[in-house]
Amino acid sequence: MDPAPVAQAFSPTVTALGIWLGALLTLAIYSFLYRDNPIYKLAEHIFVGVSAGYYVGVTFWDTAVPKIWQPLFDPIAVGRDRPDWLVIPPALLGLLIFTRFFPRAAWLARLPICFIIGAGAGVAIPTAVQAFVLKQVSSTMVSLYPHEAGQKVAQSLIGGAQNLLLIVGVIAVLCYFYFSKAHRGALGVGARLGIWLLMIAFGATFGNTVMARISLLIGRLRFLHEDWGPMVGLGPEMARGLHAQPWRFAVAGAILLALLALLVRYERRAAARQPEATEVEE
Amino acid sequence: MNIWERLQRIDRRLIFVLIAAVVAVPLIWPPQPQLQISPPTRQVYDFLEKLEPGSVVAICFDYGPSSAPELDPMAYAIIRQCLTKRLKVLVMTLDITGKQMKTHALNRVVRQVQQEGVKVVGGEDYLDLPYQPGYSAVVLGMGEDVHKVYPVATADGQQQPIGAWPLMGRVRTIRDIALIVDLASSNTPSMWVAYGGSRFGAKIAAGVTAVMVMDYYPFLQSKQLVGLLGGMKGAAEYEQLLGKPSIGMSGMGGQRWGHLVIIAFVLLGNIGYFAARRAARRAAQAPEVG
Repeated sequence: MDPAPVAQAFSPTVTALGIWLGALLTLAIYSFLYRDNPIYKLAEHIFVGVSAGYYVGVTFWDTAVPKIWQPLFDPIAVGRDRPDWLVIPPALLGLLIFTRFFPRAAWLARLPICFIIGAGAGVAIPTAVQAFVLKQVSSTMVSLYPHEAGQKVAQSLIGGAQNLLLIVGVIAVLCYFYFSKAHRGALGVGARLGIWLLMIAFGATFGNTVMARISLLIGRLRFLHEDWGPMVGLGPEMARGLHAQPWRFAVAGAILLALLALLVRYERRAAARQPEATEVEE
Repeated sequence: MNIWERLQRIDRRLIFVLIAAVVAVPLIWPPQPQLQISPPTRQVYDFLEKLEPGSVVAICFDYGPSSAPELDPMAYAIIRQCLTKRLKVLVMTLDITGKQMKTHALNRVVRQVQQEGVKVVGGEDYLDLPYQPGYSAVVLGMGEDVHKVYPVATADGQQQPIGAWPLMGRVRTIRDIALIVDLASSNTPSMWVAYGGSRFGAKIAAGVTAVMVMDYYPFLQSKQLVGLLGGMKGAAEYEQLLGKPSIGMSGMGGQRWGHLVIIAFVLLGNIGYFAARRAARRAAQAPEVG
């Protein structure tokens, strides 16, 4: 079987509508780079509303239905031959969370919260200590001459130098975060080295952050170029059978010009309002 | 305002326009850069290459559309490598926004490899596990019985009880999965390391957004991760290793020029700052005339 891509699961008209909506909302969000404006605000509010709606819908259909409803009333759908009554106690415990809406019974919400915190801490603490503390500490206890059979001496020396850097780095950064004693003498030297190493790490993090943000821009530009572009007579190919025609280009141009006109009008009105506000202040 | 002060007050909109331009041009005319493969990326590739055909690889899509430009190319490349190497693929998600991402990525790559003549069958070679809430509870449950955590699964749009799929005959617990690759935009790789790796001894690899990659290097050092892909560069490196340049690689031209523009503006701003400070100091030291 040759599964269809998601876009082909819908009719061309619905696909086109979705792509147009995505393109206009993308441009609306990027209009913030020029200045805050009502079109940006509209897109932002749509995003918040749609996200909240999506989460509620998916949580209901992918959590409440398969975890509570189907085990009780449609067990075959979840691969069982009889109802699973054991889901009732946790479901009731979960429902108690909603008692927060009723002041007199609000204290009942503490019961599921107690269970979540107790079970969560019980599961998480030993595992976290093992995985994030003991294992990490033991990984800093490394040989300064990690020689293996068949390895060249030079390679072992380089490995040793890397391990030395690791040990010195860990100790220096720990010195920086040791605040019970003044950073003078040997502790001061260690702390100074520690802050340099931290600065290098922050620099690398900033570089990665730049890469991540540019990646997001690339993602949006690719969408505009490869998905929306063909619909308005631009882009690399006529995608998904939605052939570009002159009227598409004209409609796209008209909509973009209308958006631009709205922004210019907003800009002028904002500029006109500014002197009035200044006069009132005076 | 002298030139040094102007350098510190460049209109930010000019910077935005320049970055947009240098990022957009390579998308229209993509270059073919040769990347130096970083060891953490190669480790993931080599690990999968060394697996026996028929081994099961689980790919966990813990990201939503907002991180797709960075993580989708990784997903496509890894699924492609698995299917062409005759490895079995399970796609899953612990993140509510990942459910569409996993299905879309699996369908896309399956369609591509089938068009290239690779014979893959839904339910035997790949399977789509549904979203399950609970993060750590899901991983702990997989350590005991995957079939209990996932009572049903889907292949080619058809949902069946999990035991009915031939692929799941090979998988009972997390230990039957040769590698779990977590593609994430949140801290789920830490959770896989803690519960899947430390508790059950599962092999974990991660593909994360570039912002997060620094947080996961310590897990490479401690060998809690078998490898790590970081951001779009990690994805592009993987595509190069596979010999199938795709959307990750095509984005690297924009990355290169975008970075150069940002470095140029950082340098200009700093030159302006230090020169203006020096000029101000000189002006303060100069003897007053008259």
